[in-house]
Amino acid sequence: MIGSPDLVAFTKENDFGDANVDHSLLPEEFNVPPFPYSENENPWSKTSYAKFTKDFILISEFSEQVGPQPLLTIPDGPKVCGTFDLNYFSLRIMSVDYQASFVGHPPGCSYPKLNFVEDSKVVLGDSKEGAFAYVHHLTLYDLEARGFVRPFCVAYISADERKIMQQFLELSAEFSKASECLKTGNRKAFANEIEKKLKDLEYTRAILHKETELQKQSNGCFSTQAIEKANELANVEKSIYEHKDLLRQITSYPNRKMKDPDFLPYDSENTVESTDLGQDPMNDSKPQGQSDSPDIKRSPSYTPQLIKAKSAKCFDKRLKTLEELCDLYFYHQTMDQLKQIEKTFRGDLCYIYTNQIGQALLKKQKVTNFLFEDYSSWEEEETDKDTYNEKDNLLNNLPPPASIQAGEPVSLESFASCVETLHIKMDPGDEVKVFQEEDSTEACACDVAQGLSDECMDAMMKGSLSSGESIEVLGTEKSFKAQGPQLNETVTHLSPHYPVTVRKRIVTKRANSEDSIEVLSTTDSIIPEDLRASYPCAIYEEDYSDTGEDCTNNMHEPIFSINSDTVAHNECVYDAATLVQVDATCCMGQEGLSYRVPAPELAQECSANGVVKQEPQSCRQGDLALQVDFTLDDASISDGPVSSITPYELNPNCLSDETSRMTLDDCSDSTSFMSTSTCSDRTNPPFLYGSPITVKQKKKAGQCALRFIRQYPFAQQAIHCLLSGRPLIVLGSDERTVKKLVSALSIYVPNLGKYGESVKAWLSSPFQLTDLQIWKLIGIHKVTSPAGFSILHSLKRYGRYISILDADQKTLRCPPYRGTLVERLADHRTQIKHGSTYFLHAQSSLTQLCAKAFLYTFCHHLHLSVNPSEDQEVVAARRTQFLRHFSCDPEDGKVLQFLSELIKCHYLRGPGKGVNPPIFGFNYVTSVVYKI
Amino acid sequence: MLRWILGGREVQGAVEKNTVLVIGDEQPKNVYTELQVLKGHFDIVRFLVQIDDVRFASGGDDGLVLVWNVETGERLQELRGHSQQITAMAAYSRPGRWAPHTDLLTASSDRTLSMWDPDTGNRVQTVSDLQSSVKCLLVLDHLGLWVSGGNEMCVWNRNFDLLCRTDHHSDAGIAAMVELPKNCIAAAVDKEIVIYRLSSVANEADMAVTEVRRLTDHRDSIRALITINDQLFASGSHIGELIVWHSLDWTPQVFECILWDHPHVSPQEEIKLGGQKQSEMSIHHMASVGEFIAAAVGSGLYIYNILTRSVVAYRKTAHDSNIRQILLLPEGQLMSCSEDGSVRIWELQDLPLPAEPASAGFFGMWSFGRTSKQASQPVKKVQEAPALRTLELIGDLIGHSGAIQMFINFTDRGLVSCSTDHLIIIWKNGERESGLRSSSLFHKLDQNGGL
Repeated sequence: MIGSPDLVAFTKENDFGDANVDHSLLPEEFNVPPFPYSENENPWSKTSYAKFTKDFILISEFSEQVGPQPLLTIPDGPKVCGTFDLNYFSLRIMSVDYQASFVGHPPGCSYPKLNFVEDSKVVLGDSKEGAFAYVHHLTLYDLEARGFVRPFCVAYISADERKIMQQFLELSAEFSKASECLKTGNRKAFANEIEKKLKDLEYTRAILHKETELQKQSNGCFSTQAIEKANELANVEKSIYEHKDLLRQITSYPNRKMKDPDFLPYDSENTVESTDLGQDPMNDSKPQGQSDSPDIKRSPSYTPQLIKAKSAKCFDKRLKTLEELCDLYFYHQTMDQLKQIEKTFRGDLCYIYTNQIGQALLKKQKVTNFLFEDYSSWEEEETDKDTYNEKDNLLNNLPPPASIQAGEPVSLESFASCVETLHIKMDPGDEVKVFQEEDSTEACACDVAQGLSDECMDAMMKGSLSSGESIEVLGTEKSFKAQGPQLNETVTHLSPHYPVTVRKRIVTKRANSEDSIEVLSTTDSIIPEDLRASYPCAIYEEDYSDTGEDCTNNMHEPIFSINSDTVAHNECVYDAATLVQVDATCCMGQEGLSYRVPAPELAQECSANGVVKQEPQSCRQGDLALQVDFTLDDASISDGPVSSITPYELNPNCLSDETSRMTLDDCSDSTSFMSTSTCSDRTNPPFLYGSPITVKQKKKAGQCALRFIRQYPFAQQAIHCLLSGRPLIVLGSDERTVKKLVSALSIYVPNLGKYGESVKAWLSSPFQLTDLQIWKLIGIHKVTSPAGFSILHSLKRYGRYISILDADQKTLRCPPYRGTLVERLADHRTQIKHGSTYFLHAQSSLTQLCAKAFLYTFCHHLHLSVNPSEDQEVVAARRTQFLRHFSCDPEDGKVLQFLSELIKCHYLRGPGKGVNPPIFGFNYVTSVVYKI
Repeated sequence: MLRWILGGREVQGAVEKNTVLVIGDEQPKNVYTELQVLKGHFDIVRFLVQIDDVRFASGGDDGLVLVWNVETGERLQELRGHSQQITAMAAYSRPGRWAPHTDLLTASSDRTLSMWDPDTGNRVQTVSDLQSSVKCLLVLDHLGLWVSGGNEMCVWNRNFDLLCRTDHHSDAGIAAMVELPKNCIAAAVDKEIVIYRLSSVANEADMAVTEVRRLTDHRDSIRALITINDQLFASGSHIGELIVWHSLDWTPQVFECILWDHPHVSPQEEIKLGGQKQSEMSIHHMASVGEFIAAAVGSGLYIYNILTRSVVAYRKTAHDSNIRQILLLPEGQLMSCSEDGSVRIWELQDLPLPAEPASAGFFGMWSFGRTSKQASQPVKKVQEAPALRTLELIGDLIGHSGAIQMFINFTDRGLVSCSTDHLIIIWKNGERESGLRSSSLFHKLDQNGGL
């Protein structure tokens, strides 16, 4: 008997309950639960008995031949789901058809009608298995399938019920996008299939016609054969008619949801032609190995086949695979999106929250975020002027009792009215609730977007079901960013959002983008071929060599750059999400086999599969915090002799499979990242010029920085130089050493720039004063040649403006510093063992510094006189007093003053560097030489 | 300035350091803690001209003239038109409807003269195919005329009409010109100073220029010519002769010959020595404020008081290389820029106390008409100088990598220097700029209605 899935109510236990929450308490999701006594317990995991260790995405199908079956998981591989029974789970999540799909011959209609079914979104739980899933049901069309439909579902499976529930809106939004993408591709493939079929039918008709004529001539009009043939002909003609109608339906679909009065009938001819034409370059560019893909058959050279009178609808017929059901481009796009979703939601709920909140807050801090924060997390706002105000307002309206509120999915009041709960008693004790999610989200949208006109609302309601944003998921409009309102969407979707905000924004976006599908189908301004031709570049960055020749250069460039931008951004999101795992695996990998995991029940199970190494780590994240010292000590011992020479990076060879897999993932994600993250390329500095700096790179730099702090007793002085805007020159004869020092120190450079413009990792020619204005951290090649002499000359000449760190002699020439501000940032006795941990520590200290600088900058009375009788000296005294309050040392004041100047310039000039030459400030201070 | 004069009496000796001064990085009195590098020229930048309170123009060997805003460092205009290097520039203002309007006169080796409107960047007037390239320009504000000096001197009006001209001079041509009272002009032509007088002819519009007098007291080519006040002007020559002239009767008032020398060298030898190393005592530039004349002598500095007719202070080696320009500031400060690429800021300070032993070095000085006496008592002469004080280095500005050609001072707004390294640097008072930025920050904050 098929067990019934638990349908989880989309509510919380204490609905509408106590409004008076104690705000002083740590929000529940940040709370560390009492540490359980059983040693394998992950403090955050409430269902440690789940048979899989990490969340994953499952795609299942309800096959008309074999019933529910799992198709694929993301991430791929047998390790993903452990001993979790995918078949069984597929059965459960597909056992109920939540979609009110109705396809076929409706009563009173002579030929089949396609029904465009809404996706359904349900949260299901299997409490016995400890698995909870967000399940997104969708229907794809297949000409050969029963009723032309193939039911599928995409599920996000997690052991953490709260994670599913509380990230529901985000999951729903992301999955809807992926689903739309898949469905768009499917519609395209379906239309092509019908086209093909029509050609077959017409061909058949022609032949039949000829035969009928022959029969008539030879046997007379009323012979049995002739009548048979005529009947057959009539059948074929009916079939042609039906298929034409189907084609009309499927191609007119995008327009159908446009509820505007002058609705234009869809011009199928053009689309089909264009589709075919558009397909050509892609097909040609495919390696021959893929020639069995359905695309090839669709090429114009398709030779129609004779169709037998009786089409075989039998069970022995092979059903199309998911890949065949969908246009290849869209298929891969969807898979990429799903992978992205998996990355985004990887990790602990608490971490995801913190990240989302952090990002939302960062966007608000326009005044200071340029100083130390990673650009990608807030920068899109700058390019996205249209939504700027809207977003701002939304954020402002959101007094984020962030963490507190995060405990509940969304303001539940708005939901309550529209939640339909359906109690089905299947098993005594298992209460099943059906939750009609669409309604609730729509309703939520309604509540939220009250300001919109009714028309808009109408469109919006439809929007979620049909592909209002379908073109947006294509990713192609990324390449056409300039073309209009779609711009907003890509940007919007890329970043994780604060729950309510997300909902609001996406909804309103839909209203705007109603016509976006038009871009593909009817709008003249963008010819579909153009879009199509660029697909290969836009998606398959890995396949460049294959597809490259088809794309002209001018296509390449813009598309690639835009793409890499967004990818880089994605990258960052991912980074953040996987931080914990990366750490964990690093640890594990470092200490190698010597570290024996206390074998939990789970690990034992896993070890049967030969995956001892990683299973424990993700479910034991909590433990790691306690074990970090131990593992890292091991690591440093094993690193021992090497560390004195090239201690800056973890040896990638030691990393576990998992990490290297992730690293490879990254590479395929972003070409820009490739050279920095691949294991083989260790000599390269973390920062590759010309590409945006990612958090990941910075974290790697954190490792270097930690080593630097431990090695050099004058690290504080060096960091102080950077923070107070005094350019630091790293001088050395070994390029690798210098570059590593530069990358280590780069995390302290204020206003580093999106591409790390403020840093020059390696310079072999003498620098000029103008260089000092731009670069605040320079690595210089020390040579004993004439060139070296002129470098030394420039070092001497501009000695008063710079500090010199000699990597060979291990000396630092800089102004003396005895302040306390940097002390915490660069404590060589720090207990932090881990690069990324240190990076976060540094980041938090720097953020604190930013806050002080902000306060200093925007305190009116510190800079301007309160009343006219006051003269500047009084103000200056007040300023000094203020600085003294923050830190007793005047040198610390310089840091604040420098940051303050940066903030002022940024605020006055805007984010760009402006047309005016940069300002270079300095102090007349005697330098001293520090030695080890 | 008051302190100079009042405190002067106590000083009895002077200390001269033989080696080039090196000031440490500790410069508390140096207010220039911020700089902006202006890029735009492709060759040596030789001339800077102040247009108004915030604007200045720069001209260089690339024939480009650029107009800049000193406050923001913004390049306002690019005046293109000269095909060869700029040889002279001057600001030429005329009364406007609301405020005086300033145009820019430029002369180039391509033998053209142009007038530009720095507001629009248009070339308002231009004259080409001159007989010789113009080496100096002089604007006569009260007449509304201007004078160009090359191999001959030409007088022009605002519409670029040539009113009159002088005969062809020697190939050396006119090196410098100053305006004297009663429509007279003094022009330095090689070793001579020629006095011209402008007079209007019967027709009001026309002018005539006549040579009035030739002053031949200098024994070598004249390098510097400045006006001190209504009564006096001064000239300096290549061998260190400094002569102060009376502006009305053109008689020499003071004749100083500056000789940097070493104590063990006899005066006779000094002269020879001087003859051999002329560049060391060549007077490149002079400046005057009130009763003080400052002269750049080789790489040294020399300050002379007109009223007391005595040397106030001097530094034999103020720079590593020849000084190009000096600037006297009213606060008793002096700035000098040199071919060594640095700008140095000096302050006139009283000597510690007379207990200080006599100078290790000194300079010889002849007063006009007392040549023979001086030769026998050089040391005594210096010791007798009652108001001798010392020039203390209080700061230096290092940034250029080539010789600094010129600088102009915008007082509060900063100091602008140009150099052979194709760069212009604006040196600013960091504290003041920070305050200004704060004000504009709060101003913008008000406008935006908060963050």
